Amino acid sequence: MPDQAMPKPVTPTQSQHPVTGDDPSGRPGAGQTEPVTQPAPAQQTSAQQTTGGPITQPEERYFQRFTVKQRWSHAIMLTTFLGLAATGLTILFSSNAWAQRFAALVGGFDAILFLHKLCAVTLTAVFLYHVYDLMVRIFIKKEKGILWGPTSMVPNLKDLKHMIGNFRWFLGLGPKPTAERYAYWEKFDYWAVFWGMVIIGSSGYVMWFGPFFGRFLPGWALNAVQIVHGEEALLAITFIFSIHFVNSHLRPDCFPMDTTVFTGVLTEEEFKQRHLDEYQRLAAEGKLEEKLTVKPQAGFVTFAKVMGFTAVFIGLVLLVLTVRAYFRI
Amino acid sequence: MSLSGRARSGGAIPPLPSRKPLADLFFSKRPSSKRLILETQEPAKTSSTSTPANRSSLVGPVWAYTPAQLSNPDQRAFLPSSLFSRLSRYRRTLAAPLLSAGCVLLLLALPATPARAQTDCLACHGDVTMTDGAGHNVGVDATKFHAGIHGSLHCTDCHSDIKGYPHPAQPSKVDCGTCHATEAADLVGSVHQHASAQPCVSCHGNPHYILPKSNPQSAVYPLNVPATCGKCHGNAQFAKQHHLTNVYPEYIDSIHGFAVSKEGLLVAANCSSCHGSHHILSPTDPQSPTYRANIPQTCGKCHAGILTKYMAGVHGQQLKAGNPNAPVCTDCHTAHGITAATSALSTDACGRCHQAQLTTYRDTFHSKVSHLGAYVEVARCSDCHGEHDILPPSDPLSTVNPRNLVKTCGKCHQGANAGFVRYQPHANDRSWRQSPVLFSIHLFMVVLLSSVLTFFLIHTLLWLIRSLIDRA
Repeated sequence: MPDQAMPKPVTPTQSQHPVTGDDPSGRPGAGQTEPVTQPAPAQQTSAQQTTGGPITQPEERYFQRFTVKQRWSHAIMLTTFLGLAATGLTILFSSNAWAQRFAALVGGFDAILFLHKLCAVTLTAVFLYHVYDLMVRIFIKKEKGILWGPTSMVPNLKDLKHMIGNFRWFLGLGPKPTAERYAYWEKFDYWAVFWGMVIIGSSGYVMWFGPFFGRFLPGWALNAVQIVHGEEALLAITFIFSIHFVNSHLRPDCFPMDTTVFTGVLTEEEFKQRHLDEYQRLAAEGKLEEKLTVKPQAGFVTFAKVMGFTAVFIGLVLLVLTVRAYFRI
Repeated sequence: MSLSGRARSGGAIPPLPSRKPLADLFFSKRPSSKRLILETQEPAKTSSTSTPANRSSLVGPVWAYTPAQLSNPDQRAFLPSSLFSRLSRYRRTLAAPLLSAGCVLLLLALPATPARAQTDCLACHGDVTMTDGAGHNVGVDATKFHAGIHGSLHCTDCHSDIKGYPHPAQPSKVDCGTCHATEAADLVGSVHQHASAQPCVSCHGNPHYILPKSNPQSAVYPLNVPATCGKCHGNAQFAKQHHLTNVYPEYIDSIHGFAVSKEGLLVAANCSSCHGSHHILSPTDPQSPTYRANIPQTCGKCHAGILTKYMAGVHGQQLKAGNPNAPVCTDCHTAHGITAATSALSTDACGRCHQAQLTTYRDTFHSKVSHLGAYVEVARCSDCHGEHDILPPSDPLSTVNPRNLVKTCGKCHQGANAGFVRYQPHANDRSWRQSPVLFSIHLFMVVLLSSVLTFFLIHTLLWLIRSLIDRA
């Protein structure tokens, strides 16, 4: 989704690099007893610093990528999505032994359905808040570039070129293309989830309040929502737990876990590697320094990793169960 | 029967008259009273089946009785109560003619052979450990014998080829049919006719100690019948050896078995309630009460109300029309393992025949819910279609007739309305012909799912490979 106004970096310039009490130099290998490295001069702060020994190694610069609101959205969505997937798959594949054992563990069908609806309502709230937020930004604040700008989530011709270039790179036919703020697969993730929530959510509510919707929907629609709900959910589950996991969290250049969406920050090196076009655009516009932020606390990074790995683990288990149940193997 | 066994067992042969005075042989009170009754109650049968020797022995002590003696509780203790009461009722009016008739019969029959009483035989066979040459036990417990339904008979009434002592070493087999002609005739052609050398004994037990079937100790007392049949039909190994159905375990855990074993209900169905007793036929025999087409009538002997409903329903109508595949009681309820019928069992029971409907049911939320907890209230076959009086949807009385759907669905779905009940609980989205719209929607979703996944799987795999190559 398009950026909102980023929180102002605590230190706009590197000479005033923030050294909080908790985070004198929180990176691994820089203990409390180690002499605090002096803030590096501005010209030395590029990610590819070539000088300096272990002690004089300059601080890595951290840039804010996701706002607190975006990170909370992601966290709530992933939690409720896992809950919806676990309970929904249990219902969809209810004839499987694991589904029946899980249902018995949770407290039977009533408990399963209750949790499913609880997660659904929570996710609906997040979705509606996001839509509300978008409406405000588009129609009230009239933010520039929210629909067609370089930071927009709306697909454009450049995304198509990026994708073609990426395939050429995969096949060794060209150089690795560079991405703006959101790569095409990230936009796809966004719209897949957006579409998925609309389709799965609305069909779910029709099932939930069948007699009400029965008043004005044709008879076949009540049957159709069941098919659509289940199949679209299968698509969402298999996509998120395989493609999204690998593309966004587990691919080789960020293996074993990209925690940007949890911590909200990435290093300058990561920034240039993944979103070079944005980096260069911001640098050209002189807005790069606005994105600077502090290194996240070590404990928070650990928490983010635990959260990420837990989600991936649950997701992979559900993926295996889904594939096995779908193909009856 | 030889006495060598007994001799070996240590006891000397007692002299015949040693236990009772000789007069007792002729004036024994117990056996004669029964005979008296038989003579009065069933003269035709007795006379047709009794040998002259028998007749002579039974008439002997008739004159020994007076009405006073018969009404003495001590005296009548050995008489079957019902017979005794009938006798007592008539004794004032019938006593004189009977006595005189008895005297005449006695006088006519007396010269044939000397009468013999139980005491003669029990002098030797009263030792319960007595065995014959082959090692078979030939002892009779006099107390138990007298307590039994045959306790008033003379030994020679049944062992009719024994006329005196010493008797043949191998007396002929006793024919129960001599008296029990109806039962013996019933046994002919039944599955038990050749079941053993002595089919009567297999169920009724030692003939010397047989009790009336109203006696709770009797092997054929209604509550004891399952255990009696279970001696053979509940012994897995024995049943396998002899190709018998080992149904006792199923039965005893059924609702009928519980009613018998736990609740002690005399009216509960035991084996003979459905299979009969002496004339048990194979279920393949059209005359058998357990023949497929006869089962509703058999169960309906007790479940009369259900039978009426069943015969009104589509299944009963099909049976009446002669459809050999029409389901009968046992198809849904099973024959022996009947448990309390709940709708939870209906999916499997109905699905055995209605497979297509079961498949489409399995697609629905109704089915998925039912898998995740047997106690969840969810629509299964019988909840919508009814049970015994199932009617086709075209019938205005059917629960699934379009006009009745709001009520039927409304049992669970509060606020069900005409629009809501247009939902098709058996829609088949796999069939273009049956539901083209749902088929198309399903197809679209599957194509969407597979194309998205295929594209991104290729995308991701190529990406991974390229990343690994660039690293190397």
